[in-house]
Amino acid sequence: MHASLCDFLSDIFHNAVESGADSIRVEVRENDSVMTYMVEDNGKGMSEEIRRRVTDPFYTDGLKHRKRKVGLGIPFLMQAVEAVSGSFSLESEEGRGTKVSYSFPLEHIDSPPKGNLVSTFLSMISFPGAYRLVIHRSLAVDGKSDAYEVDRSELEELLGSFEDVGALQLLRTYLQSQETALDEIRNQVG
Amino acid sequence: MAKMTLEELRKLRDTKKSEIQKRDIAGKDSQIIVGMGTCGIAAGAKTVLDAFLQELDSHKIENVSVTQSGCMGLCYVEPTVEVITPGMPPVIYGKVDAAVAKAIVEDHIMRSKMVSEHVFDRPSADIIKDGGK
Repeated sequence: MHASLCDFLSDIFHNAVESGADSIRVEVRENDSVMTYMVEDNGKGMSEEIRRRVTDPFYTDGLKHRKRKVGLGIPFLMQAVEAVSGSFSLESEEGRGTKVSYSFPLEHIDSPPKGNLVSTFLSMISFPGAYRLVIHRSLAVDGKSDAYEVDRSELEELLGSFEDVGALQLLRTYLQSQETALDEIRNQVG
Repeated sequence: MAKMTLEELRKLRDTKKSEIQKRDIAGKDSQIIVGMGTCGIAAGAKTVLDAFLQELDSHKIENVSVTQSGCMGLCYVEPTVEVITPGMPPVIYGKVDAAVAKAIVEDHIMRSKMVSEHVFDRPSADIIKDGGK
């Protein structure tokens, strides 16, 4: 089972990449009490029957690991959400794409820790593949709010290939500065 | 601290480019591939990716590519990392954490010496015994 909320996000994001999407949108919204996540892609989508079956940990399409009989990403997430009375929804249409939305109440004692969003966004943006990725992140606490949005294509154009270690280090500095600004809002409200 | 703008990022990129002191390391143009499947993520692969970036930065090593892959099929020893260096056999390291990532950079990448106790796939036992030499 995953150790942090960020790990679930990485998993669902990888599903979007593997769906053959050329456009992915990720949203991470945080307020005083809830973390809400959304991953939407325009990949191959799922038929109604497959949409029902992906919630079963013993279902996989077998494409990624030919001999493996399990597919744990969505079942892990659903189990964790259920344990803390969060929310989960999966919308998908064959040939059009998939949207996964879920939330975790932060104050529930069994909610996993948030994890490291900077590392998570960095690994998502630099994950191999030819797709556009836009990440929207917002924080609203105690009447104050801030947000930022990053576009993978824009950053790649500026920094060059994400296989280059120098580009990755600059990307991390950039993402860290965005998250630090949000942390300052959190610190202001104490 | 204010959020960095794209223009500031562009300036930082230009400054960094002029500051880079390329180090003459043995394994030029090496590749580090971090397994980022569900199993790898659960075991801490993102922390490992971060650790590699930090180590490479601290040694001013720029001519190594760092990429991600799906599961490498060694779920029982995640996080796994494949290292491909010219003149050495490709190696899959397992049970990698920040300390092992540091050892891989300093020994494998910089000195062409395998971190034998974490080799889980590819070279034969006699190669591992000799530390990859």
